[in-house]
Amino acid sequence: MSRELFRFRGGVHPPEHKAESNSRPIHPAPLPRKLVIPLRQHIGNPAKPVVEVGQHVLKGQLIGAPDGAISCAVHASSSGTVTAIDVQPVPHVSGLPDLCITIETDGRDEWIAHAPLDPHADPATLRMRLRDMGIAGLGGAVFPADVKLDPGPTQHCPTLIVNGGECEPWITCDDVLMRHRADDILQGVAVMRHLLGSTEVLVGIEDNKPEALAAMKAAAAKMAFPVEIVAVPARYPGGGAKQMIETLTGRQVPSGKLSTDIGVQVFNVGTAYALARAVLHGEPLISRLVTVTGHVLRPQNFEVLIGTPLHTLITLAGDREGTTGVLMGGPMMGVPMPSLDVPVVKATNCLLVKSKELFPPLPKALPCIRCTRCADACPASLQPQELFRFAKAGDFGRAQEYHLFDCIECGCCSYVCPSHIPLVDYYRYAKAEIWAREKDKRASDVARERHEFRLFRIEREKKEKAEKLAAKAQAKRAELATEPEAAGAGAAPTEADAKKALIAAALARAQAKKSETAPKNVDDLTPEQLRQIDEIEARRAKIRELARQPLESDEKKP
Amino acid sequence: MPSPFILDRSSVTQVMAWVLAALVPGIVTYVWLFGPGILVTLALATATALAAEAAMLKARGYPLKPFLTDLSAVVTAWLLALSLPSLAPWWLIVTGTLFAIVVAKHLYGGLGQNIFNPAMVGYAVLIVSFPVQMTHWAGPLELTSAHLSLAQSATAIFGGAPKATLDAVTMATPLDTLRTGLLQQLTVDEVMTKPIFGHYGGTGFEWLAVAFLAGGLALWALRIIGWQVPLAFLAGVWLTAGFLHFYDAGRYGAPWFHLFAPSVMLGAFFIATDPVTGATTPRGKLVFGLGAGFLTMAIRTWGGFPDGVAFAILLMNVAAPLIDQYTQPRVYGGGTEARK
Repeated sequence: MSRELFRFRGGVHPPEHKAESNSRPIHPAPLPRKLVIPLRQHIGNPAKPVVEVGQHVLKGQLIGAPDGAISCAVHASSSGTVTAIDVQPVPHVSGLPDLCITIETDGRDEWIAHAPLDPHADPATLRMRLRDMGIAGLGGAVFPADVKLDPGPTQHCPTLIVNGGECEPWITCDDVLMRHRADDILQGVAVMRHLLGSTEVLVGIEDNKPEALAAMKAAAAKMAFPVEIVAVPARYPGGGAKQMIETLTGRQVPSGKLSTDIGVQVFNVGTAYALARAVLHGEPLISRLVTVTGHVLRPQNFEVLIGTPLHTLITLAGDREGTTGVLMGGPMMGVPMPSLDVPVVKATNCLLVKSKELFPPLPKALPCIRCTRCADACPASLQPQELFRFAKAGDFGRAQEYHLFDCIECGCCSYVCPSHIPLVDYYRYAKAEIWAREKDKRASDVARERHEFRLFRIEREKKEKAEKLAAKAQAKRAELATEPEAAGAGAAPTEADAKKALIAAALARAQAKKSETAPKNVDDLTPEQLRQIDEIEARRAKIRELARQPLESDEKKP
Repeated sequence: MPSPFILDRSSVTQVMAWVLAALVPGIVTYVWLFGPGILVTLALATATALAAEAAMLKARGYPLKPFLTDLSAVVTAWLLALSLPSLAPWWLIVTGTLFAIVVAKHLYGGLGQNIFNPAMVGYAVLIVSFPVQMTHWAGPLELTSAHLSLAQSATAIFGGAPKATLDAVTMATPLDTLRTGLLQQLTVDEVMTKPIFGHYGGTGFEWLAVAFLAGGLALWALRIIGWQVPLAFLAGVWLTAGFLHFYDAGRYGAPWFHLFAPSVMLGAFFIATDPVTGATTPRGKLVFGLGAGFLTMAIRTWGGFPDGVAFAILLMNVAAPLIDQYTQPRVYGGGTEARK
């Protein structure tokens, strides 16, 4: 079974460092005494808390309900008592704290009553159930799965791709998941296939994971529907959804569109597994696999309850002297953790502990020599050297013209740059600046509209007042007119007369207002001063007259 | 410190070092065919370039170490030295190098900022200002009576050698000979009978060209340079020369002669490929190379100088930003429209 593969453009191949953590079995992390569960763990609206402080909750109990179309539920990862619903530090790029529910665990790890779902249920119902189960993408973007599983009005998405790429160095959680739980993953895939109405199911796995490939192939053979397990060349960012689509189908997702627009949907293997747990066992998403690797004694993968503090995992993997920091994610796109007191969330795929040896400090940046290695490595076919130039110069308009917003921040350009320029930082900065300016612009637009509306309102009120006055005046005139009519004069006032009177009245008002508001500077002067002014005016008139004369005589010449 | 947290091991220094290494076969061939004088020229140019670089960095308040060790000044010095006559007087070498580093590089903002290829600016200034000295080439050893040792070459370069000695070892380059011959109403075939012409590009010079070609191919294999610029440059020269030769073989030299005549291989693989001053888009590189190749032939054929590589590259340097602007590649997925 060989499939024609397509090479996506660009990419790099950093040292993989997978062997450190991928050979050990999945190890369950112990139940922590305290779980901190953020209500915002996915893209979209954060969940709304539905429990109160002091309330006892069971494992798998809903504690945050989805809010809006793109949102996802959040559940208690273990049984215990809610001790706080407040703002806590969370592992997010921004470094800003967020609303979390803290649960003091009781150690009983007691499940709420739960039952499997009907995998053949009506798709809309099943999707709602998955949303209530808190199933979100575990590949990185953490997009609510129910939204991605909705193929739209056609109820049909021909190609379903399951992403086992895992192209970031060091990370192996998907690898070990495929090695040990291939059957479950494919059970989840079956449900996805049902919901999307897909006819083709492809599983892309980088060829540096032979064990995962073998396990998945064995599992695929047992499935009732055709699943193609495809080994794809190991090259970063080959595990990116768009790159995976291109590798497997040769098609590119048009800029600004979704993959479903070309009839393809992509899910991470972890999402498929979580979905299987939800459908086959009725378990909401309360745990995930996390790779703990790098500068630790026993790099491995843990099955971790959402809300477990990061330091617990690092202690489990074996703390070592000389740690220089911890990343959440891989070395290419990971985020440095300011503190290890933050909890594991649905997006936490890896904790990479740094040391000076593994991650030497980056050398100082030299000027760009426009060697275009960045452009060669860019999977989005951008011209990073130009984007850098524009971003550095603050020429954000040009940066946008050169498709800044097509940058996926994969870091390939920074990785290959011989001048060691942190290129991605410049793009993030430029994007943030553009967003900030757009926001400012929107704010000023709103302010301007409000101001214009105020002017309009004042104008309208004035008009209404004038109309009212006019109506009153007409009524009065009509009254006056009826009197002589009664006397037999018969000179009925016409519409034109009324209008004329109105205009005259308005003019008089305006005149009065003008003389009132703009006092002449000759008011309040003594007769002596007035006389002087008259003299000056006379002199001026004379001079003007004199000045005009030769001109006139000139003109008279033939 | 945001992502990525790892880097490829490449560095500017490494890139420049590879370029220098790739020049070595050419230099060895040069010494073998034309005598060791070039080594003196190279050393003098290198020393001048580093001193000028250090002085300019100091004057501009830049740290010395990262910029002196990036080897970019040495690359400039070597490229200029290899373009100069090998027994050029010392002041010519120093003037050209100073001009390249001080004016063309640092006055335009230093590494990565210069619009024009510094080595070619140095060369252009010299050929415009000192045409006599610049066409006083050491002849191939095969054709000259006297062979100068390293010390004798140094003496010649530093002005200590009697003029007679110099006259015995210098002669016109093949391009110069061809040009002069054509001006004397000789046909190409008649001129080509002179001993300075070898199989393809001139005695000695053709082997030099082969050595630069080998070094250039190595750079390409190592991914230090792309294939677009050199190939397009050679194609530009070959096609233009071929067209002219086909049009009138009596007045225009054969395309192979022009390819293997001095400076085309050096220009195609080492000078036109300067990323700082060249076009950067894939299609732009092709346009840049083709244009440079065509201009080289245009200047050789109709211009005022026997060789045209330097001016061709400088002219294309001017056009590079425009070329880039009109050859932007299609981005993944078609690209977002910029919000106006």
